[in-house]
Amino acid sequence: MIALSDYLILAAGLFMLAVAGIFLNRKNVILLLMCIELMLLAVNMNFVAFSHFMGDMTGQVVVFFILTVAAAEAAIGLAILVVLFRNRRTINVQDLNSLRG
Amino acid sequence: MGFEKFLFYVLAAITLVAAGMVITRRNPVHAVLYLVLAFISSAGLWVLLEAEFLGIVLILVYVGAVMVLFLFVVMMLDVDIATLRAEFIRYLPLGVLIAVVLALEIFLIVGPANFGLEHFPKPAPLAPEASNTEALGLLLYTLYVYPFEIAAVILLVAIVAAIRLTLRRRSDCKYLSPEQQVKVKKGPDRIRLVKMPVERAIPATSRETSE
Repeated sequence: MIALSDYLILAAGLFMLAVAGIFLNRKNVILLLMCIELMLLAVNMNFVAFSHFMGDMTGQVVVFFILTVAAAEAAIGLAILVVLFRNRRTINVQDLNSLRG
Repeated sequence: MGFEKFLFYVLAAITLVAAGMVITRRNPVHAVLYLVLAFISSAGLWVLLEAEFLGIVLILVYVGAVMVLFLFVVMMLDVDIATLRAEFIRYLPLGVLIAVVLALEIFLIVGPANFGLEHFPKPAPLAPEASNTEALGLLLYTLYVYPFEIAAVILLVAIVAAIRLTLRRRSDCKYLSPEQQVKVKKGPDRIRLVKMPVERAIPATSRETSE
């Protein structure tokens, strides 16, 4: 039988790969956004697994809202990316230092 | 090994391999396609967890809309991949180190010792006529109706923000303004009568001399 810990370990592995991806692709904004999507997928996996094993539908409602917010975030992030590329002709994070942060 | 276990391991392996491909592929288009694969196999895992509605939503909304948007942007932007990947090797040890430490910490907590079958026994399978969509909808439209409406407002704000960010008036293209067009009145705006003095006919001889 598949235990809850199996799903949690799978989600932890997904989250770990996403964190590694953020470190490896720290120059490419598109890949950073995709790694954030992977992280959200790992979190959603935890919510669904707990919802199933504890018999509580609230976890699935939370996943529903996370999907909504993630879609909004992806849309706005990609819009910002398009404007950025139109103005600067680059999406390299290290060239985006106008604010001197 | 039951069929459920077999499905779980196959789908989990596909998900993890696809996620690994996402972060290591050189071509961003391939990365997006592997991300789609990861999402689809995760949707299979969610269906295995009796969350059928969310599994289908993940495929329809996430793969069908969000990932296609990603693909669109990746193909639209003319990105120089070589410079973006230049420091990949440099950050490889740091990224792997942090990922392994993080994974070990999480595995220590979520391993079978704390979340095994004896702590969280497998719930009895739902009846064949049980509807996951109905249960989710009952909860969503009663107890969580305010968060649901806030989510709708968030989506509306996202639409407005995305359109406003990417809207631009191109100066090199001729376009008609619809608001000006509908404001045209029948009389004075369509025909303009100009009063001017009567022209005097020029004699043929003088026209020849002027040329």
